[in-house]
Amino acid sequence: MKQTKRIWIRSVLGAAAALAIAGSAWAQGQPVKIGLLATLEGPFAAGGADGMRGAEMAIKQRGGVVAGRKIEVIKASSDAKPDVAVNATRKLVEQDKVDIVVGPLSGGEGIAVKDYSKTQPQVTFINGSSGAQSTTLVNPSPNFFRFNTEGAQWMVGLGQAALDKGFKRVMVIAEDYAFPYSQVQGFMTEFCAKGGKVPIKAWVPLGGKDYSSVIARIPKDVDALLVVLGGADAVNFLTQYENAGGDKPMLGGSITVSQDVLNYRGKRRDSLVGTLSAGPVADAYTGTEWRAFVDEYRKSYPVSAGGYPSPSLFAYVYYQNMKAALDGLAAVNGDLSGGQAKYRDALKKMVLKTPTGDVRLDDNRQAIGTTFVTEVVKDAQGNLFNKVLRKVDNIDQMLGQKKEQFQMGTRDVPNCP
Amino acid sequence: MSANQWRRAMSRERVVPMRAHPVMPAQTMPVAAALDPYADSNAPRWLKFLWRHLRARHVFVAALVLLFPLMATPFFTYQVVAQSLLLGLIALSLTFLGGYGGMVSLAQMTVAGMAGYAMAVFGTSSSAEISLGWPWWVAVPMAVTIAVLCATLIGWLSVRTEGIYTIMITLAIGVAFYYLVLQNYSIFNGFQGLRELHAPTFLGIPWREPVPFYYLALGCALAGYFAVKWVVRSPFGIALQGIRDNPRRMEALGYHVVAHRVAAYAFAGLLAAVGGILMAWYNALMTPGSVGTSWLINILVIAVLGGMRHPIGAFLGAIVFVLLQTFAIDLIDRERFNLVIGGVFLAIVLFSPDGLLGLWAKFHARFGSTQT
Repeated sequence: MKQTKRIWIRSVLGAAAALAIAGSAWAQGQPVKIGLLATLEGPFAAGGADGMRGAEMAIKQRGGVVAGRKIEVIKASSDAKPDVAVNATRKLVEQDKVDIVVGPLSGGEGIAVKDYSKTQPQVTFINGSSGAQSTTLVNPSPNFFRFNTEGAQWMVGLGQAALDKGFKRVMVIAEDYAFPYSQVQGFMTEFCAKGGKVPIKAWVPLGGKDYSSVIARIPKDVDALLVVLGGADAVNFLTQYENAGGDKPMLGGSITVSQDVLNYRGKRRDSLVGTLSAGPVADAYTGTEWRAFVDEYRKSYPVSAGGYPSPSLFAYVYYQNMKAALDGLAAVNGDLSGGQAKYRDALKKMVLKTPTGDVRLDDNRQAIGTTFVTEVVKDAQGNLFNKVLRKVDNIDQMLGQKKEQFQMGTRDVPNCP
Repeated sequence: MSANQWRRAMSRERVVPMRAHPVMPAQTMPVAAALDPYADSNAPRWLKFLWRHLRARHVFVAALVLLFPLMATPFFTYQVVAQSLLLGLIALSLTFLGGYGGMVSLAQMTVAGMAGYAMAVFGTSSSAEISLGWPWWVAVPMAVTIAVLCATLIGWLSVRTEGIYTIMITLAIGVAFYYLVLQNYSIFNGFQGLRELHAPTFLGIPWREPVPFYYLALGCALAGYFAVKWVVRSPFGIALQGIRDNPRRMEALGYHVVAHRVAAYAFAGLLAAVGGILMAWYNALMTPGSVGTSWLINILVIAVLGGMRHPIGAFLGAIVFVLLQTFAIDLIDRERFNLVIGGVFLAIVLFSPDGLLGLWAKFHARFGSTQT
């Protein structure tokens, strides 16, 4: 009896609260529904969770309201597989009826979601952190926007830095899918043009557990390894390479030495010190806006609450894209009418102010932005972080080549054995 | 089904033309027969058959599935129900093998994947240098044939083993195929797989649109369902169930045990192949992820979840599976939704080893009529 009564009271209260919320939202205009897709399962689960934190920060900075319209976030998860990502996106678009989708996280997913976006012209898709080149280079979708630079752009500057360190011959160990192809291209385009050699490229399956065959193939005469592995894969490789007695210096891909890798507690961790890498974020960048961003991240997500000592690449890139989505919304005063035409126009013309500098879009709605070349160092507390060696601005998708010469990165392109 | 039940099923064949559903009250049969207006007339056989076997619940279910797209959103029609139907069809092949043949194969998703990949390679996809671009009415039969041949081969390899060894060998085949498609670039395009596989436009109907695709999946699922129901009552199906219960005795009776089992694999392969082609069209892509270990296990989960003793179990299991996969994230707004999925599966299997069908039978035994 008592229980039924309690349920009654609760439901009445609940209904009243729902009415109140609905009423206030009505007063401010309809809420804008944003679908947020990241990988909360699979190999990038840690990165996906941090991506969500980054996106939430961008919303929190605006107090959850843009131009009088409440921002309502609906989360979805995938496991880095394209079919799962499309299913999750389809649920956001067709079931939850979101106005804007922010996501997904990884390259293959990005291409699949871009393909899907063509069938849903009423919704604007803004990338999460996926960084495959072809997403915006091959058959770009008119309603898919990417405010982050992609995998190849992230590696510009690393080739020069490697040569400066005296690495003339580098072996590539990378996962076998679109994003690492781009990363390797970004590195090799510069590295090969300036006289470096890449004798062997080892492509390993994503989520692989056993790297012994790759480690056995590392030739004696290479100066360094370029390791483009993400999350758990990178840690697995590092552990096995250490156990096999490996001692070659390392160059990292943009997600190899991201925060979530630096925070693992393996023995090999210390040998990461000195690793060169390049990417759109650098923990130790001293720009005021970047410092403010890091402070805010630390305050919102302290290590005790599952955050990282410094925001990971995923957190930052999701932040960047979500900020673009909200800034665009503010620019058109929350007006999504007319098939979101005004909104998309605003996005195209926008110069996005980010903590690492301005970002513009090119004709394919792809970002032109900044890359940092970094080196891993250890701070006084024993935390590893990326020290900035160089900041390269205004990198476009052609990597400084002419449009006619440009060929997209694959397993075999570019090639300089 | 125990050996006893099987014997009863055999002897009932002559007395009652059609085996009554186990949960159906026995009394309804004579009543229906007494009112049968076609009993002596020369009405066509199909009309007699329908009158005798069609019941209100059949009409209700048929109306429900046929009118479903009118009531539900395209999202529900496509992502929830159409996906359930095609996954159910693949799981049905396992239900047939496991429930009626006593062989649990983990390679059914692999067979489906082979059909999907074959469809992508023979048909059209975004990778023009790989796909041959044949029209669908050539590519579909090719894909089905290849998948059935492979299923037969898999069966031929694994029927010499029993129980856990069958599971092991089919798992090994499944994982081998996964790594093949993951690492082969010339045919399967590696990790990225083949994209932009779309159901064709035929008879002026774009079959890739949610509602037509739903009917396509429904048609295939119904065909598969009735095919299984028919096969298990045919002499072959009865012999197969006999082999499941006592292979030695069947061999002594003169049945070729291996041939029956391999044929069962081939038939299951046909079901899985059709499901696989639908799956490729549904996702519009084939990637190694769709034939990975997690999916091999998921098909087993679907089959077990629904219950293996009746073909409808596969579809029930698939609906519960897809609903959970799609909506669990809304139940708890955290990063913990996989816990809900696992918890529900655990609860179902824990409280009813026979899956949802077992739950229904228990429920019926307690609250329904007691005349069965």
